[in-house]
Amino acid sequence: MSAKIVARAAEKRFQTRQGWMTALHDFDLEVAEGEFLCLVGPSGCGKSTFLRILAGLDHATGGEVRITPGPDPKQPLANVVFQEYAVFPWKTVLANVAFGLEMRGLSRAAREATARRWVDKVALTRFVDYYPAQLSGGMKQRVSIARALANDPQVLLMDEPLGALDAQTRAVLQEELLQLWEESRKTVLYVTHSIDEAVFLGDRVVVMTAHPGTLKTVIEVDLPRPRDLGVMATPAFAALTGAVWEALRDEVRRAMAEQA
Amino acid sequence: MSVRRPERPARPQAEEAAGPRAKAGVAAWAIPLGVIALTLAAGFGLELWQGGWWALLAIVFVCVVLLAQELEPRLPLRYRGAYQRVLALGFPLALLLVWEWLAGSGVLNARWFPPPSQIAVALWELTVSYDRFNRSSLLGRPWLLPSMFAESGWAGVQALVRESHVWATLSRVLGGFVIGAVPGVLVGMVMGLNRTVRMMLDTTMSAIYVLPKIAIFPILMLVFPNPFGEGPKIAVVAISAFFLVAISTMAGVQGIDKVYLEAGRNFGANRAQMFRHVILPGALPIVFSGLRLALGTALIVIVAVEFVRADRGVGFMIFYYWQVLVTPRMYAALAVVMALGVALTALLQYVERRAMPWRRGSDGHG
Ligand SMILES: Nc1ncnc2c1ncn2[C@@H]1O[C@H](COP(=O)(O)OP(=O)(O)OP(=O)(O)O)[C@@H](O)[C@H]1O
Ligand SMILES: [Mg+2]
Repeated sequence: MSAKIVARAAEKRFQTRQGWMTALHDFDLEVAEGEFLCLVGPSGCGKSTFLRILAGLDHATGGEVRITPGPDPKQPLANVVFQEYAVFPWKTVLANVAFGLEMRGLSRAAREATARRWVDKVALTRFVDYYPAQLSGGMKQRVSIARALANDPQVLLMDEPLGALDAQTRAVLQEELLQLWEESRKTVLYVTHSIDEAVFLGDRVVVMTAHPGTLKTVIEVDLPRPRDLGVMATPAFAALTGAVWEALRDEVRRAMAEQA
Repeated sequence: MSVRRPERPARPQAEEAAGPRAKAGVAAWAIPLGVIALTLAAGFGLELWQGGWWALLAIVFVCVVLLAQELEPRLPLRYRGAYQRVLALGFPLALLLVWEWLAGSGVLNARWFPPPSQIAVALWELTVSYDRFNRSSLLGRPWLLPSMFAESGWAGVQALVRESHVWATLSRVLGGFVIGAVPGVLVGMVMGLNRTVRMMLDTTMSAIYVLPKIAIFPILMLVFPNPFGEGPKIAVVAISAFFLVAISTMAGVQGIDKVYLEAGRNFGANRAQMFRHVILPGALPIVFSGLRLALGTALIVIVAVEFVRADRGVGFMIFYYWQVLVTPRMYAALAVVMALGVALTALLQYVERRAMPWRRGSDGHG
């Protein structure tokens, strides 16, 4: 199978007042078409940086980072599910979800029909004309997910999308997210701090080293799909999270020692 | 914009309140009432009003506040709205009544502080009468419009409009405001979006911003061919509005959360779309607070200008009736300025609500 996302010896350096700072160093990664890949690593190791490069919001300073374009040139390459506070407060739920389609010049009728479908899928039908200020955090996060999915990108990028939510809302949205993904089987790159979440969602979990970030280990998650939250109670799940934590522990220690 | 205070904690259950708290409850009522009675008795009985009326009023005010605070949590929820309106409107009404009474009883000098009833009468007289000496009227005598139009057509209508003080001030404020605010928004947007332009203009703008704009009025009178015409007056309002609006628009554009810009970019917005869908709405709340400030300033500036150099306008009225010592009319003109301010602010708030429907119902922050 061809790799959808390829990073080879990727490097990102930032110019700061103290001089050059290497955020990402010699980073190699391949993500297969249709794979759900989770990225974990200590704080400050360059996860967001890598994701921003993929999203076209930043550039690598060395090596190669690319997304292999699909057959349809009109299908957008990669869209980000931003955290809930990134939905536009000045647009209604419907207009937020239709945003990408509007930017691509679709007619009002066409984009609203698609957006409505996605609003239904994330269970916000009743709130379609509401403004974000009138929604809860979990509902706003659903809007953000629908906004990216409605645009039908080839790759979905998520940077701790559920990080700001309470544990219960988070669990519910994890399951909903998996259901939505099962329908389309898009390539997903998912950054998270939660080991449980990474193992529950991902086909593979990539652990990064502390700053400067490189690839440390890759853990294959062979849990059967479709999954529901029940899988978290199985011994296989515990073994996997244990393995991820094993790989992560020293890096987190190193990162904390460095920052202290 | 009203600030919502946190709700007081709910009263404890009735059983609990039966003991010492009940006594405290009675005291909370009885003490302020007693103090008010004592104060009034002292005021009338011992003739203390003359020297210490302001101290006695302050005591009564504090007691009324204490009583109202005792009363509020006991009111059923559905009366709370009415209660708030009673407080908001009752206070100014009480103020007017006290003023009326102080002026009437000679405690206040009625020559400088004429009672509100006299001011109301003066306002009515100004409205219906025509000032032959200044050849002007307050509103332009709109009831004469049909006959003037029949007599001399549009020229007649124009003559009526020209004699109106309110119209003179209103046209200067609105004209100057629009002429200043529209380019102010545009320049502010450019300054917010373009770093180079911002670095070049920011210091200069901030320096001019702190200059009281009325200070440049003499220059403007030199610049315009007719120094006593409308030109310099409208220009000084426009300049005041321009700098305020430009600087707050710039701040509004710069204050837009980066995450919205990135979302726009990630979903493929081009420059025009970015402006229309992200930057404009994102900056709008701060732009409007700049417009509100600019409107208030416009009113201040125009009244000051009309003090100095005008034969029409509410500022002129205030100054003129001060010079001829007809204080009730002077206060009436002040009331007109207040009414103008309230009306213009309400108009701007209406536009603001229409322009930013997403802020309706939410608390107005963010
Ligand atoms: N614009 C920037 N300028 C300078 N340094 C930056 C910039 N953006 C990120 N960095 C630095 O790059 C490193 C990686 O940052 P990044 O945000 O990618 O970390 P992260 O893995 O996402 O961390 P977290 O888990 O806390 O979100 C950090 O040390 C950070 O300080
Ligand atoms: Mg991050």
